[in-house]
Amino acid sequence: MSILVGKETRLLVQGITGREGSFHTAQMIEYGTNVVAGVTPGKGGEWAVGNVPVFDTVKEAVEATAANTSIIYVPARFSPDAILEAADAGIELVVCITEGIPALDMVSVRAFLDTTNTRLIGPNCPGVITPGEAKVGIMPGHIHTPGPVGIVSRSGTLTYEVVYALTARGIGQSTAVGIGGDPIIGTTFLDVLQMFEDDPGTEQVVLIGEIGGTDEQRAAEFIASKMTKPVVGFIAGRTAPPGKRMGHAGAIISGGEGTAEEKIAALQAAGVAVASHPEEIADLVARNL
Amino acid sequence: MKLHEYQSKRIFAKYGIPIPRGEVATTPAEARDIAVRLGKPVVIKSQVLVGGRGKAGGIKLAKTPDEAEQVAAQILGMEIKGLRVKKVLVDEAADIRSEIYLGAVLDRAARRVAIMASSEGGVEIEEVAAKTPEKIVKVHVHPFLGLKDYQARNLAYGIGLPKEHVKAFVKIAKGLYNAYVGTDASLAEINPLVINGEGKLLAVDGKIVLDDSALFRHPDLAEMRDPDDEDEYEREARRYGLTYIHLDGEIGCMVNGAGLAMATMDIVKLYGGEPANFLDIGGGAQADKVAAALRIILSDERVKAVLINIFGGITRCDEVARGILEATSTLDVRVPFVVRLVGTNEEEGRRLLAQANMITATSLAEAAQKAVAAAKGELA
Repeated sequence: MSILVGKETRLLVQGITGREGSFHTAQMIEYGTNVVAGVTPGKGGEWAVGNVPVFDTVKEAVEATAANTSIIYVPARFSPDAILEAADAGIELVVCITEGIPALDMVSVRAFLDTTNTRLIGPNCPGVITPGEAKVGIMPGHIHTPGPVGIVSRSGTLTYEVVYALTARGIGQSTAVGIGGDPIIGTTFLDVLQMFEDDPGTEQVVLIGEIGGTDEQRAAEFIASKMTKPVVGFIAGRTAPPGKRMGHAGAIISGGEGTAEEKIAALQAAGVAVASHPEEIADLVARNL
Repeated sequence: MKLHEYQSKRIFAKYGIPIPRGEVATTPAEARDIAVRLGKPVVIKSQVLVGGRGKAGGIKLAKTPDEAEQVAAQILGMEIKGLRVKKVLVDEAADIRSEIYLGAVLDRAARRVAIMASSEGGVEIEEVAAKTPEKIVKVHVHPFLGLKDYQARNLAYGIGLPKEHVKAFVKIAKGLYNAYVGTDASLAEINPLVINGEGKLLAVDGKIVLDDSALFRHPDLAEMRDPDDEDEYEREARRYGLTYIHLDGEIGCMVNGAGLAMATMDIVKLYGGEPANFLDIGGGAQADKVAAALRIILSDERVKAVLINIFGGITRCDEVARGILEATSTLDVRVPFVVRLVGTNEEEGRRLLAQANMITATSLAEAAQKAVAAAKGELA
């Protein structure tokens, strides 16, 4: 078992004919993901990445292929439109990889999505992978292996580092979800923790947070009150200076809020074992097995 | 990207918010001319992108044009928190009767723009939030509706504003929200918004911070960038599409990915070192970008060792290795390098670096420990 993506995923790629889109579509197909369609306005009727049919609109693609999940590789200025188009066509799960979408655009997009049944992962995220079943993202597939550990993270390469350490010890993953590094995102720690709690294939969860915002604190409240499965945590940015954006648009300590210390304290108070560096996460996970 | 006070206030004025009459001067003589034109006592305000200008002596009153010239001569050229004052704003001095705070900010948890008001104007809002949080009133704006009159009235009543000012306040609050959305700001504040002797509301000080991700649709605002907003290293990094933040430590860090870059800084500290910088080369970096990153790191004279931590996914370790060799062959490198390459094409990357006399590590913990030791001269 797993969450969000798997064998039943029928993937549509928005921006499939672009450089990033075509490269990662090939990688996802190679991993075994069922890529059923692509969308690039103006290129409908063509074929991309071998034998993936391209459509002008998401609606046409859904009608022709019954796609149920979309991944977005279009430039930031076109991404809000792409997300809304997918939601309007009834896609259940939209994964937006794109970095650099204006925050106020995401405020509007998120307000609209809240009126639909569409779930958005990201933006500014590496995507979602269920090892051995489906890779809907840009993560290196080969470092993953199926198993009982669910991973939820605001970061990309930091997650790969943790997955790599887990796999090296023979510990597999149920699903790894990158929720994204932006201030306004579609799916938060809280949502994903609930899914892992409900997933029979997940026995414990790794939560990888960072400075900025208060999502980790709310995750801690949820863990303390609702979760029965063990959670191992890590927070990046203990040495980050206040007022500076540390790469991710959302990774900023502002007005004294969002420090690593307060997040670590909240998680520890919720009974989460918090690692002092990324490789220690695997040690803490192994202890719970 | 931060805007200066005078830039922020001009934007506010475009959105119907009353501001004092005033102009910008770069010389004492100009300050004098402006004071003559205004024909009233003025306030001379240094335009630097840091807080605490008043405490540093960067804001002063002048009753006459002569005095304006003298005061401007004192303020122009002074240094405030490391920034040289190159411009002053000469504003008509306001007859301040009371001070209010009014600000717009993105409330991440609520996923809405929040408009905040407080009767405690003229002090930092963080200070009010810490000491007297009950004095801050907040409303959240639905993006499809905008700030409604009743919400602005709720703010006015919430801070106990005398009722004769409510109508003007509502107009200003709506102007602030519209300015926030219209410029794609991440922060817009009027502090203080004053009630003057004539019973009028006036935005005496203002601050706007823009969302860098939205600058593509505001070329006019992007042009307002003050080079002092970032240091020379940060500016150079931006030219190459790198994210670099200068810190005070001795271990230069080059990493791919923001989260991993932060975690790398943290582990350096955990093992007793201090990071000299945050540097994310991004995904799929080519050799020339890697070389540029190393040039920037090495131009910081405090750096005593360089830690390179690459987790190859889209980024290829062999490409990073080529960039390292390109940089080290053209630069006079006097500090030790600790390199950890994992992931895509790691064998090729390590083979390329084998001849280059660098310290290697397989785990991140090992790499950090070696970098700390190398910076102390304990490893050669």
